[in-house]
Amino acid sequence: MPKIPLKWLQESVDLVEGHTADDVAAALAKVGLEEEGIEGGGVSGPLVIGRVMTLVKEVASNGKTVNYCRVDVGEHNDPAGPGHKPDNKEEYPASKGIVCGAHNFHEGDFVVCILPGGVLPGDFHIGGRKTYGHWSDGMICSSKELGLGEDHDGIIVLASPSGESQVTFPDLVSEADLVPGASAISLLGLDESTLEINVTPDRGYSFSVRGVAREYSHSTGQEFRDPADVAVTGTAGDGFAVAIEDQAPVRDRVGCDRFVARRLRGFDATAEAPAWMKRRLDQAGMRPISLAVDVTNYVMLELGQPLHAYDLGTLTEPIVVRRANAGEKLTTLDDATRELSTEDLLITDSVGGHGARPIGLAGVMGGAETEVSDSTTDILLEAAHFDPITIARTARRHKLGSEASRRFERGVDTRLQVAAVERALGLMQEFGGGEIEDVYTDLDTVVAPQPIAMDIAFPSTIVGVEYSPDEVVAALEEVGCVVDRDYESLLVTPPTWRPDIETPVNLVEEVARLRGYDNLPSVLPVAPPGRGLTHGQRVRRAVARTLAESGMTEVLTYPFIAESRLDELGIPDVDPRRDVVRLANPLSAEQPLMRTTMLASLVDAVKVNLGRGEQDIAVYELGRAYQASSIGDVHVADLSDGRITPEEITRLNEALPGQKRRVGGIMAGNRVRAGWNGHASAWGWADALAAVERVVRATGVEVTVTQGARMPWHPGRGATYWLHGGEFVGHAGELHPKVCETLGLPARSVAFEVVLDPLIDEGEGAISRAVPVSQQVVAKEDFAFVVAADVAAGDLVAAVRAAGGDVVEDATVFDVYEGEQIGEGLKSVAVNVRLRAADHTLSGDEVLAVREAIIAAAAEGFGAQLR
Amino acid sequence: MTELSPLDAAGVDAAVEAALVDIAAASTLDELKEARLAHTGDKAPLTLANRLIGSVEPQDKATAGKTMGAARGRLNKALQARQEVLEAERDARVLVEETVDVTLPVNRALVGARHPLESMQERMCDTFVAMGWEVAEGPEMEAEWFNFDALNFDPDHPAREMQDTFFIDPPEAGLLLRTHTSPVQVRAALERRDALVNEGRGIYVVCPGKTFRTDELDATHTPVFHQIEGLAVDKGLTMAHLKGTLDAFARSLFGPEAVTRLRPSFFPFTEPSAEMDLRCFVCGGTDSGCRTCSGTGWIEWGGCGMTHPNVLRAAGIDPDEYTAFAFGMGIERTLMFRHGVKDMRDMVEGDIRFSQQFGMEI
Repeated sequence: MPKIPLKWLQESVDLVEGHTADDVAAALAKVGLEEEGIEGGGVSGPLVIGRVMTLVKEVASNGKTVNYCRVDVGEHNDPAGPGHKPDNKEEYPASKGIVCGAHNFHEGDFVVCILPGGVLPGDFHIGGRKTYGHWSDGMICSSKELGLGEDHDGIIVLASPSGESQVTFPDLVSEADLVPGASAISLLGLDESTLEINVTPDRGYSFSVRGVAREYSHSTGQEFRDPADVAVTGTAGDGFAVAIEDQAPVRDRVGCDRFVARRLRGFDATAEAPAWMKRRLDQAGMRPISLAVDVTNYVMLELGQPLHAYDLGTLTEPIVVRRANAGEKLTTLDDATRELSTEDLLITDSVGGHGARPIGLAGVMGGAETEVSDSTTDILLEAAHFDPITIARTARRHKLGSEASRRFERGVDTRLQVAAVERALGLMQEFGGGEIEDVYTDLDTVVAPQPIAMDIAFPSTIVGVEYSPDEVVAALEEVGCVVDRDYESLLVTPPTWRPDIETPVNLVEEVARLRGYDNLPSVLPVAPPGRGLTHGQRVRRAVARTLAESGMTEVLTYPFIAESRLDELGIPDVDPRRDVVRLANPLSAEQPLMRTTMLASLVDAVKVNLGRGEQDIAVYELGRAYQASSIGDVHVADLSDGRITPEEITRLNEALPGQKRRVGGIMAGNRVRAGWNGHASAWGWADALAAVERVVRATGVEVTVTQGARMPWHPGRGATYWLHGGEFVGHAGELHPKVCETLGLPARSVAFEVVLDPLIDEGEGAISRAVPVSQQVVAKEDFAFVVAADVAAGDLVAAVRAAGGDVVEDATVFDVYEGEQIGEGLKSVAVNVRLRAADHTLSGDEVLAVREAIIAAAAEGFGAQLR
Repeated sequence: MTELSPLDAAGVDAAVEAALVDIAAASTLDELKEARLAHTGDKAPLTLANRLIGSVEPQDKATAGKTMGAARGRLNKALQARQEVLEAERDARVLVEETVDVTLPVNRALVGARHPLESMQERMCDTFVAMGWEVAEGPEMEAEWFNFDALNFDPDHPAREMQDTFFIDPPEAGLLLRTHTSPVQVRAALERRDALVNEGRGIYVVCPGKTFRTDELDATHTPVFHQIEGLAVDKGLTMAHLKGTLDAFARSLFGPEAVTRLRPSFFPFTEPSAEMDLRCFVCGGTDSGCRTCSGTGWIEWGGCGMTHPNVLRAAGIDPDEYTAFAFGMGIERTLMFRHGVKDMRDMVEGDIRFSQQFGMEI
């Protein structure tokens, strides 16, 4: 994001008296430019150039090697003599003693010293102090300490006459600047703050000093001076031959609608850009390279117009702007050879035929063959306007976001090109000499911005603030619009630098932000009476709450899983849970799949807790698991012409992967801990089934349970639940011992998973009917049936209920016993039955009859003998 | 010892007095039992005297009976009274002796908890439900059309890349993990469009839920997170209504003093667009060292704006007739600054200790 040195900004707008970088940031935020950071500034006091006279490496008691330096700081030197205690040596030359822990510098280097009395960013006051057995008068500074960014390691080396050290900012200082004791504040631009701003993607023009200055002017009312107001010398005409031959416009937009090219001859490419320009480039986050490149970057940062300088001697007329051919390649400035797409827009010249040689990826990056080198004498400078869509696609395709592409894809002013070339060639000539050719090329097929019709009251109706007609017009004119007013209706032509302004609501935003968002009234709208939460929403809350109240803790896990997880869960190859949705661009190549069962990711939560020393764990999660089955290639008709049709919505929805809501849980360790009043009790298979019962009860629906469950459950200790219509609901029980072992879960961990959506659908709209509560006396009958060991207690109880008829209020198994007294292959199931009629107390005979019916049914259905 | 005669009134009286002394002296129920035996048992002087009533002269019988009756009456009354006192003392003592230590841990069963993001989401929804809004939900795996196109994201606009998107394989299928809950706004508007147009029933919905972006997990980012968004479509809605709604929402979560501030910004689906800040509820902007707001006095909370006409059109709603506003904020972020959660990782790793500290409500 653009970094704007405030000194530079001030060339186009005067700051409000006393405005600091923070104030400028606040002013810009008011109109929509967010601050990203502030660099520089905050340095005061003696920050001077120092020459390292002597440097002694010493190993301190903490094992760290430090340098004790005597530094020549000119007028700030202590007089020759023994120095401060404890350095009390016989004789030091006039200098200061400084201890420094960095090692990227050597004797003779010119460095930057902050001396006692100085202040570093962060209000860090410097004084003389004793350290590492010496008296140290300040610090030798790093870029970071001075708030110059974190790009450079170690302390700043301004110059290294011995050549032993790497110079931090090459060519920033001339020899004449290297005066020990001279202030380094303005040399390093530390009297200048740089503001980094976050530009929203609709505002290409804020990627320039020009745009930001205009915004500051909008916020503060300070006068804006347009740096693009450059007196243009020369005439458009028969310059370097250029042809735009876009054979395949993208989305019907020609890739290039403006191309300005102008020659500069007799230029000294080895000349240096001036220090101030390099400093500003550095502050703006760009590295100085060569005069020609520095100037193109400088003008781009200032005006927002990307420029490209070619070595004229390498070019053959004409330049042709066209789409790449299939199979064509280009080596860009970064020395990467790129396979081109037929959608890429190219700058080509005519070496080997008309437009035969690619010399640049238009608006993204230039080619290596035609770049300006030290031997260049003649330059051709290009300033063009490219279609944002073409540039955006090319930059994305080649993963090549450049300073140029960032600006073009957000929109560049279509009327800036001639001025930018004039400004840039002027600077090149000033510092590198040469003759600017009078005639230049200007291919211009730009379509002027279309006027927008808007009712003058429209901004008020959207914003809710009463703007006067004059306020509306003034705000729009301030932004640069041309406003044609006819009573209540406006015809507004947006400025060429605001291609984002296309419709009346865009104009509303301009009025609103210029007049300020601070004075918006606060009015609470009244919604029509609502329905409250839906059945599904209430059921999910009830499920979540009942599980938490049963001792389980809710967690939220990521739905991303590894291929191997399904294997670890023992899920067979043919299983709906193998029908996975795969991410095209997963965060981690190890986890490219979306879970098909909640357990797949819940396992990780259990492991995190185990790893942190927790042994008794019960976690649950409500969420979705995903199924690929229905992913299809759906092409949706272009809807830009109007409303999506119900059929199209249906098609879109049908193409979505399965993503039913579920709840899953895993429990391991103890459910009840051992304590002063009792023993521990471990989570068991029955607890997992009880959890499902809680869930099902919260949904208000009835389900049936059957013996057995698929992997990852224990085949003999798992249950399956069904809706009465036969739809699968879920599983619960003990996990398969193999799965526990593979996943590192405690042995006999238990788990459950329920698909909530069918339960919610089943319960939707159902209104349960109340049964009167009988006030008659209850009769309690116990039965101990001896049956074969494999008889399911649930079946036996169901038979008991059926045989007992309406008077059975409840029937529960209260004991199961297997043992010698019963006999091999048999078990005793004790059932307690509560009998009660609605309208009378049951007589002894009636109870006896029911009892006999129950015994008979058990005997007949299960061969049950009464014990 | 000579036998006591029932006619010896003074003797009887002395015997009673002696008994009363013993009864009063009994300090336990056992001692009282002994005293009772000693003075009313078979061998007690008074019992023996009573037995002699039958053998006195007939004319003296009445006197003897009266003397003895009075004596027994006094004795029994004293015994009864003492019995009650001692029983009361015993009962009180037993209750004291049965005292337990109520500071012992009483529940050995595991105690569960809700995840605070879920509780927070429910709390947020309840605020809006109380204002008559509805809670709308939609799929997490979404069609690109709903996630982007319907929301006025041009396929080639850089805004599309502001949100780093997880795409589903194969990419041609046009499916993704939703990058925001905004597609639910479109779905909700489509579903309610007829009631809006035919019955004039304004659309007021909040859309909470899980969202996904390709951010690596660190202290302040997570690839899976939660948002709550709001959408209101009605006749005559303005930014002032947006501000009013946000202020009401802020008050429900941060107390009656809460206020919000809007700053211009850009989102493809709103115009005008704004960033929304909350006046720091900890320092109120008075502490330059405040850790909640970094001393700025404001906390960035979310984005908002007037719904773009193209979004309304996508839902079949005429933007010339209806206006709309929308807002959205991260639930993780809200939890972080409202409760001082320092590290996003705590919310996603599934460490039960994190959920446990919040309990059942937030």
